[in-house]
Amino acid sequence: MGLFDKIKKAFTGVEDKPVEKVEKTEEANLGEIDKYEKGLEKSRSSFSRKMNELFANFRYIDEDFFEDLEDILIESDVGFEATMEISDKLRYEAQVNNVKSMKDAERVIVETMVDMYGEVSPDSESIHFNKDGLTIILFVGVNGVGKTTTIAKMAHQFKEEGKKVLLVAGDTFRAGAIEQLKVWGSRVGAEVVSTKQGGDPAAVVFDGIKQAQDQQADVLFIDTAGRLQNKKNLMNELDKMKRVITREIPDAPHEVLLVLDATTGQNALNQAKQFRETTNVTGIVLTKLDGTAKGGIVLAIGKELGIPVKFVGLGETMNDLRPFNTEKFVYGLFSELIRDTL
Amino acid sequence: MAFEGLTGRLQDAFSALRKKGKVTEQDVRDVMREVRLALLEADVNYKVVRDFVRTVRDKAIGEEVLNSLSAGQQVVKIVNDEMTKLMGGEQEKIIFSERPPTVYMMIGLQGAGKTTTAGKLANYLRKHENKKPLLVAADIYRPAAIDQLQTIGKELEMPVFSMGDQVSPVEIAKRGVQQAKDENRDVVIIDTAGRLHIDEGLMDELSEIKTVVDPDEVFLVVDAMTGQDAVNVAQSFNEKLEISSVILTKLDGDTRGGAALSIRAVTEKPIKFTGTGEKLDALEPFYPERMANRILGMGDILTLIERAQQEVDEDRAREMAEKMKENTYDLNDFIEQMDQVRNMGPLEDLIKMIPGMNNVPGLDQMQVDPKDLDHMKAIVLSMTPDERQDPDVLSQKRRKRISNGSARPLVEVNRLIKQFKESKKMMSKVSKGNMSGMEGLLGNGPKGKMSKLAMKTMTRKANKNKKKIKKKKK
Repeated sequence: MGLFDKIKKAFTGVEDKPVEKVEKTEEANLGEIDKYEKGLEKSRSSFSRKMNELFANFRYIDEDFFEDLEDILIESDVGFEATMEISDKLRYEAQVNNVKSMKDAERVIVETMVDMYGEVSPDSESIHFNKDGLTIILFVGVNGVGKTTTIAKMAHQFKEEGKKVLLVAGDTFRAGAIEQLKVWGSRVGAEVVSTKQGGDPAAVVFDGIKQAQDQQADVLFIDTAGRLQNKKNLMNELDKMKRVITREIPDAPHEVLLVLDATTGQNALNQAKQFRETTNVTGIVLTKLDGTAKGGIVLAIGKELGIPVKFVGLGETMNDLRPFNTEKFVYGLFSELIRDTL
Repeated sequence: MAFEGLTGRLQDAFSALRKKGKVTEQDVRDVMREVRLALLEADVNYKVVRDFVRTVRDKAIGEEVLNSLSAGQQVVKIVNDEMTKLMGGEQEKIIFSERPPTVYMMIGLQGAGKTTTAGKLANYLRKHENKKPLLVAADIYRPAAIDQLQTIGKELEMPVFSMGDQVSPVEIAKRGVQQAKDENRDVVIIDTAGRLHIDEGLMDELSEIKTVVDPDEVFLVVDAMTGQDAVNVAQSFNEKLEISSVILTKLDGDTRGGAALSIRAVTEKPIKFTGTGEKLDALEPFYPERMANRILGMGDILTLIERAQQEVDEDRAREMAEKMKENTYDLNDFIEQMDQVRNMGPLEDLIKMIPGMNNVPGLDQMQVDPKDLDHMKAIVLSMTPDERQDPDVLSQKRRKRISNGSARPLVEVNRLIKQFKESKKMMSKVSKGNMSGMEGLLGNGPKGKMSKLAMKTMTRKANKNKKKIKKKKK
């Protein structure tokens, strides 16, 4: 069953499971769905409006329609590859006569889009914890995507769950980066292991692991300096940090999270490729989704590289970093459109 | 470097055209379809793409173009011209107030690079415009943002005005400008907190700062990797705050740079600077024409020459050339030149500015580790003055000593000496006017021809430029 059908069922109330069970999960989910709907409000509204305009203005499906559709999808940041796929799918459906009206076209488009998101991250994936002992999570990404802020938010949430958290200030390059992590550390109540600016990041990582082991911490977050993925020397430095981690604890890092800015365009694909090559990225954190960006590039990343999105940033407060849930995310992005097609 | 992906796709599109003896209307349409996809894939705004493709198509289909002998090249030229126009045509200069202090505001989304750019701009204005900037830390929201600006200030030995993070940014900005007046600083650069363009509260705060300090320029700082959203962001900031210009950051990445091509067209505000590296001197004025040349794979000789002029002392260069001719060029000169080249920027970037060079296969993968240069320098510095002047005296025993002294393996020492001797041989040849073996560098085939064409026009322009400079000096 495609994701679209799943969501449709959830909203029309036709559910295979007993009714009581549905209600229970719905209640628990309500707050979460609200968060997604609210966080993605800006991303969604203009898109729904434009799609509706497109459907209202066209009576027949012809080349002009396809160009306009492609423009809207690309403008809405669905991503280049995904746009071409949706457009091709509709072309095919129109050819085999499955599309007789604009309503049909709308259904095909929304369904294809929703299912694509579903394929990319079929099940919500969470953090892999090391069952016996310290879990090490390494954060990587280009400059300015929000690595340090993400660490702070995640550390806060893990602390709430009663875990002992330690932070490593591995960004020894950018001015003020160490202070930034320290401020966050004191706000969320987590100790920060650091060295001076310009110090060796691999050395501070080593210190962090030792301290975490001594203090029997549950989770160790490692912040790294932002680096553009085409800077080979900086990527080598990252590789060295990872080697130090693996030398100390063979199956660590247990997670390597690539932080991506949702406003980034096609370049995010290059970022994912290069960072995966050096650090074997296990998941993506998509930040700044509360703007007007839709982060459509994660579609291409999921499809081409198979890296799942694990967290999304839906706002500025500590609790606005949410585990990624495909269904809710898609519903947040397309809720009006999905309702229209029901 | 930025734009490479786009350059590759465009060159593929054009190479089909160039193979044709006669270009038909259909050929142009086919090529423009490819160009449309290439631009869309590079994150250029869809509306901009649509207009661009239409304009180029209409101009290219005109009769004179299609009937001419070099129709393929003419189409490329039209694309080049239109692209230059798209990015603003002429380079626009930064505005200074007639009555100092000149006040600038840096605004933008979180993580665009405002604080770093504020530092780079201050450094640029001091170095190239003889200004005395004051940096004002008005980002009270992001933890340690003030520390960051202060650290940058310390590094640049530039004063930073701050009142901590408990005072309103409006007040900080106002007092900052006052401080500049009191201390006779002639430029004030106000670093503001990153914010979402849809956050009304914070946007109002920016308007308030703007009203209070009445800036000469409001710089919107935009990450060059931004996708289609770049236009939404730029438009919202512009509507709310009436920005005056744009600074594009992170152009040293491998972005295809769609934002660079769209933003000017959408906001009608010029791009004035680009951030091209992590160091505080990595800020360059933006030249639409050079950028268009770069995007189309024609290199950027002008920037290369300018960088060389900045770093190299002319008399010293002449002396060096003389030495090459007389074959008295030694290892001391060698490391001196190495340092000069390094000051001009990463070597891989410099090479790519040479027309045609980005067609050389494998070059896009090339990276020079700055440490390699350090190692070479260490080897040379471990030699005695005599040895540096006359490497022929370097016996195995001496080489071993140098290897120990510089902590580099013996093979590296040997390699360096060999390389030096070879380049010396080459230099004396070249300086005597024997250029054989150099033509091959530009590559063969249609791409090679294009590069040669580009090289010719570039050198012509460069000569013109030189004359201009000479005139100015008189």
